[in-house]
Order: sequence, then structure tokens, then C-alpha cells
Amino acid sequence: MGWTIDREKCLKCGACVSVCPFLALELKDDGIKIDRNKCTLCGICEKVCPVGAIKVNKGGKSAR
Amino acid sequence: MEQLRLIKVGRVLDKEYDVVVVGGGPGGSSTAKTLADKGLRVALFEKRPSIGSEKRCAEGLSIGSIKIIEDIFGKVPKKCFARMINGAIVYAPNGKNVLVDFGKDAGAIMERKIFDKWLAMQASKAGAYVQSKTEVYDVIKEGNSVRGVMINFEGKKYEIRSKVVVAADGVESTVARKAGLNTTNKLINIDSGYQYEMSNLKLKDSKKIEIFMGNEIAPRGYVWIFPKGKDVANVGIGIAMSKKPARYYLDKFIEENPKIFSESSIIEVNSGGIPVGGFLENMVMDGLVVVGDAAHQVNPIHGGGMKEATIAGNIAGEVIYRAIKKNNMSILKKYNKLWWKERGKHLRKVERLREVVEKLSDDELNKLADVLKGEDLIEFSRGERLLKLGKILIKNPDLIQLAKKLM
Ligand SMILES: Cc1cc2nc3c(=O)[nH]c(=O)nc-3n(C[C@H](O)[C@H](O)[C@H](O)COP(=O)(O)OP(=O)(O)OC[C@H]3O[C@@H](n4cnc5c(N)ncnc54)[C@H](O)[C@@H]3O)c2cc1C
Ligand code: SF4
Ligand code: SF4
Repeated sequence: MGWTIDREKCLKCGACVSVCPFLALELKDDGIKIDRNKCTLCGICEKVCPVGAIKVNKGGKSAR
Repeated sequence: MEQLRLIKVGRVLDKEYDVVVVGGGPGGSSTAKTLADKGLRVALFEKRPSIGSEKRCAEGLSIGSIKIIEDIFGKVPKKCFARMINGAIVYAPNGKNVLVDFGKDAGAIMERKIFDKWLAMQASKAGAYVQSKTEVYDVIKEGNSVRGVMINFEGKKYEIRSKVVVAADGVESTVARKAGLNTTNKLINIDSGYQYEMSNLKLKDSKKIEIFMGNEIAPRGYVWIFPKGKDVANVGIGIAMSKKPARYYLDKFIEENPKIFSESSIIEVNSGGIPVGGFLENMVMDGLVVVGDAAHQVNPIHGGGMKEATIAGNIAGEVIYRAIKKNNMSILKKYNKLWWKERGKHLRKVERLREVVEKLSDDELNKLADVLKGEDLIEFSRGERLLKLGKILIKNPDLIQLAKKLM
């Protein structure tokens, strides 16, 4: 629900990090880390991911 | 002065430097080398275990760009080059191609996992402390001034103080944002890049790069084949604001071109975001300078950023040196002015051109390929001599609108 990532697909490239207006995403050793307190489910990161690993369900509750 | 040792051998890490550089790409190494050459005390931290890999890049550089990089780093050794390139074949949406043949080496496809390491080694040779597998996870601020960074090495956290921090942390650009300088790029200014390094290809001419245009093939972008050997190449795509992810379009392209790909294998998979515009008027705070992809310094048409990051790092190094020597942080602002004069003005023009090109229909792209010769296309992609190109295009009734925008 809300913001989800397919970690099998993710290539750890950081493209999503660069467009998140709320600095909710960071690229760590083991992949993308989301700060669910900062994420507003705006969906921008989903649009930039080259492999379609992120899904944002705006209808979903919060990213928590 | 207090010192730390991250590992038992090698150089000691001080708790204080003149400059801390974040990121071990071309931008970071260029800044660190420029500063260390001038005798400043510099530390460069790269969060990944290996500088230069995984690459997020098609690895193409023109001869002109290589010369610029060599002015800063010295002669680039052979091992950094995968293959020399002598031209390009550009395909219009209808399949018609335009051949660009320079008849001599005009560029190269690099081996970035070797090249980036070599660049970092030159910074280290000049005197910089270089440490990979070390993440800068925060900046130290006093009031509105940046005074150093917090690093994480194998779960242990250290505070490293500095007069200036250089955010050369690539497309993610989190360091500047944590410091309070908003470098978030707009979705419209970020291309999604996806690429396979492939072997056993049947290339038309392995000394030429191939570029495939068309809104069906690559919406607002192109597919590239950049040869790294006789039958090896980076095969990739950069697109923007499309309904499907970049990977979908690249896989489709490969499927539709069995002549090239029927026997091929995938050796490496890469992806990445490419800033193709959104240049920042201000890239400086008290104690912070932003360099390279982190400041969106990339050519908006062809997406090349290695050269831009290197030049910007060199400019930043010169300015930071002056600011530290004169003990006057307001000098850092000169970086904005110098970068805009040397690169920004030109790149802004190329960005405008990209905005025109991305709206072209397949029909218009086909006509463009009919009218333009190979050399014209190269100038077009660099955003050079647009007036001359406009004069060629204006003769064609279907391209008058485009011509006017160029002139
Ligand atoms: C698919 C694709 C194809 C491309 N093709 C080309 C091409 O053919 N030619 C060309 O010139 N350019 C190309 N580019 C662009 C080019 O790769 C970049 O412009 C260039 O690497 C920018 O250099 P940089 O030093 O600014 O950043 P980078 O090379 O990205 O280096 C930034 C470094 O900082 C590190 N880092 C990030 N955050 C932290 C942190 N918090 N702490 C420590 N380290 C950190 C990262 O791990 C990274 O290694 C391409 C890009 C993509 C995505
Ligand atoms: S949905 Fe929006 S706020 Fe949430 S992580 Fe993605 S870009 Fe950031
Ligand atoms: S853009 Fe996609 S592939 Fe790249 S780090 Fe983000 S989720 Fe992973």
C-alpha cells in the first residue's frame, strides 16, 4: 500500500532520489531507503525509475 | 591535531581538512586534484566500495573533451579507453540513416570502472586523502554555514570538519539539499537511462556510434549503440516523461532488431537518471559548492556529463583556493559567475534547443535527416552554429518553424 519498491528489480541508480521534492529517498548500500514521514505519495519517483521498480498508490493511506 | 585511522595501514585521516569533497566521480576527482595541486588539504569520500562501478554511463567522450580532461589530469593512459571511434550513424524514425565519417579518431568509448579510478588516483597522487566505502550521511552546520560532514565507515560514525564542502555526489544530490540548498531537479529535466553492455553483437561498423531516433523507439530521446570492441557495445536508451519505463523501450528495440542482437549476450545492466536541464543560478552556500550532475551540469541534448563535471570541478577548485587563501567565504560566489560564463550560457542555449527538438514529430525528424548532412548533425547535437543550420532548414517549407527557433 502507498509507496512500494520491488527490490529485485531496483538497480540502485539513484534516479528516483534526484527528483523527490521532499528528500524522502536515499540510496544506501543495500538499496533505496524511504523516510515514510517525509513521503507525500506524490508519485514523481515512480515516473522516473528506468525499470519501473517503484509503485505509488495515491489512493492508499499514507506511505506508512 | 587529532587523527583517526579508518584502517590499520595507509594514510591517517585527520579530523579537519581545508576541503571535504563528496563523491568519487569525475567532478569530485577534478575538484580534489585541482585543490591538492595547489597544496590545500583535501579529503574525498565515495560511498560505493569501488570508484567507477557500477557505471551509470554510456562512456562516450569526444576527442575535444578528452583533451580538456587531460589539461587537468595529465595524459590519460591507454587502459582507460575501450575503443576509439571515428564517426556516427544516425537513424531517422523511417530508418533512413545519416553517416558522419571523420576519417580519423574523433572520440572514444571509455572503460569507466578503470577511468574513474585513474582520475581518483591522480587526485590522491596530488595529495588528496581518498576513501571509498565511506558515506557522507550529513553535513555539519553552524547557523547558515556548512562546516564539515558526518561520515559513516562500516557503521562507525565520524565528524570531519572543513572550511568548504564540495557536493559532487552525482544525480542523487542529497548533500546540498541536506545543507539547505535546493537542488531537486524537475521531472521534465531528468531523463531515465537504461543500458545493457552486450557482447556477440553484429555491429554495422564497430568504429562508429549508432543513434536511433523516433517517438516510437525512444520518446523524447534516443537509443544508442556505443561500441567497446568489435562485437561489444553499450546499448542503451535515455527518455523522459514517458508512459512506460525506459527498460520497456530498450527491450522492444532489441527485440525488433534481430540482425544486430539475435546472438547477443548481456554482460552488465545499468540504469540511471540523466539531468538534461534545469541549470542552477546559485550553486553555492557559505562553506558549500555543488559540482557536476549534482548541479545538473550535463549537455541537455546528448546527455554527456563527464566533461562538464571535470570542468566545473576545476573552476570550483580555483575559486575555493582563492576563498581559503583570502579567508573570505564570500569569494565562493564567484563559482556561479565563472561557471555560467564558461559553460552555463552555452548549455542554456542547448537546453532551449532540446525543448524544440523534443517536440518534433517523426515526420519532422525524417525531414531533418533528409536535409542535414553528417557534420551538420554533429554541430546540431552540440548546439553549435545554429544560425548556419537555421539557414539550411529554412529552405524547406516543412522545417521553417524549426529554422526560426534556431535563428
Ligand atoms: C545511462 C547514462 C548514460 C550516460 N552516458 C554518458 C556518456 O556517454 N558520456 C558522458 O560524458 N556522460 C554520460 N552520462 C553522464 C555521466 O555519467 C555523468 O554526467 C557523470 O558521471 C557525472 O559525474 P559526477 O562526478 O558529477 O557524478 P558521478 O560520476 O555520478 O559521481 C558521483 C559519486 O558520488 C557518490 N556519492 C553519492 N552520494 C554520496 C554520499 N552521500 N557520500 C559519498 N559518496 C556519495 C556516488 O556513489 C558516485 O560515485 C550518462 C549517464 C547515464 C545515466
Ligand atoms: S512518492 Fe513523491 S514524496 Fe514519496 S518518495 Fe516518491 S517522489 Fe518522494
Ligand atoms: S530509480 Fe528505480 S532502479 Fe533506480 S534506484 Fe530508484 S527504484 Fe532503484
